[in-house]
Amino acid sequence: MKVKFWGTRGSLPVAATAADIRKKIIAALTAANGRSFASADEIEAFADQLPFAVAGGYGGHSSCVELLCGGPEHVICDLGSGARPLGQAKIAAFGPACPQDYHVFLSHLHWDHLMGLPFFVPLYLPGNRIFMYGCHAEMEGAVRLQMSEPCFPVLFDQAAAKIEFHQLEPGKPYDIAGLRVTAKKQMHHGDSYGYRFEKAGKVVVYSTDSEHKNNPQARAGFVEFFRAADLVVFDAMYSLAEAVSVKADWGHSSNIDGIELCQEACARRLALFHHEPVHDDARLDALLADTRRFEEISRGNGPPLEVISAYDGLTVAL
Amino acid sequence: MQLSARPHQNATVLAASGRIDQNSSDDFLAALQGHLEGSDVAAVPLVLDFSGVDYISSVGLRALMMISRQVKAKQGKIGIAALQPLVREVFGIARFELVIPCFDSVDGAIAELSA
Repeated sequence: MKVKFWGTRGSLPVAATAADIRKKIIAALTAANGRSFASADEIEAFADQLPFAVAGGYGGHSSCVELLCGGPEHVICDLGSGARPLGQAKIAAFGPACPQDYHVFLSHLHWDHLMGLPFFVPLYLPGNRIFMYGCHAEMEGAVRLQMSEPCFPVLFDQAAAKIEFHQLEPGKPYDIAGLRVTAKKQMHHGDSYGYRFEKAGKVVVYSTDSEHKNNPQARAGFVEFFRAADLVVFDAMYSLAEAVSVKADWGHSSNIDGIELCQEACARRLALFHHEPVHDDARLDALLADTRRFEEISRGNGPPLEVISAYDGLTVAL
Repeated sequence: MQLSARPHQNATVLAASGRIDQNSSDDFLAALQGHLEGSDVAAVPLVLDFSGVDYISSVGLRALMMISRQVKAKQGKIGIAALQPLVREVFGIARFELVIPCFDSVDGAIAELSA
């Protein structure tokens, strides 16, 4: 199984500004320090040595994650603005003449997790089938609302694909698109739901827009939900200090909570996700370094937990 | 985890030791609250001597946040002093130095908070 990140930003999509690009160029030229390169390969090799925040970047699309399971069906978590490039990639790969099945799991109905649907081109192609799964009773209404006047010029009923909505029950396992899927209720305004996906001994947990408090019973529930996961995609939007003070009850979590829960659950890999929109690439690089350091400090005698920071375009093989 | 009071003229100094984690944070919080009830934090600041603390987890930091709120609600001041390097690192990663002021020494904390 593989996991591809199409949108990793929290709350609101962002884009690099001219000043951001200039900062990267200056940093790269400073690192080169007048060096000349004999070939394109040498330039590539030099770029590969630069910090990710200089040679690359985390991107700015809001939440959209694809599970690549090897089957003919497409499995997607959330339809943030990252659903636009995802849809384009699907059209490029399969063309309009080859109908596809898409299975979409919605964590919740806030705008940043739905806003990509009107720009998801497979929605408009006859023959495609889109199965939407979520635990909110209002799921279909919320999806229709954002594709209605005056929110959007194309109405939901103008979509040519066949669209079905399926409400799931938290805690109950379902077999969908070759995966065993279990949803879990999370603390977030209006509730959100995490998903645990299992297939052929591999486990992915998608847990975003989820606040964690000092509640041992709730904590034990999440440890079980994350148990032995190969990858946990985790809402690490705030620092712990923010999450327990000025941004308490805003419905998001921290890198510290992610590490502790994954360590207790014996998960193998943690992906920091739902990045704070005000953080630039350098800040996100530093956050990843801090988180890896905290993992070392808190590991004790347990096995190491691999920590990565999700970025738009990242593919993780499990 | 142990918490003991040390008399001082210009502050209430509480010395903590051991690990403050899931196993001990409830006791830590209860002990802190007990001392808080018996002291006039509006008149004398509360200084936590962390020189004996080996580790603090998120649950311990959350306990500190609660105490900090209670002290501030009483118009008092709180600071943490003499953190071991590893614990100071945890504070930095969690950005907790922005929530509760940290000082290199107990004397430095008392001087700053009672000024």
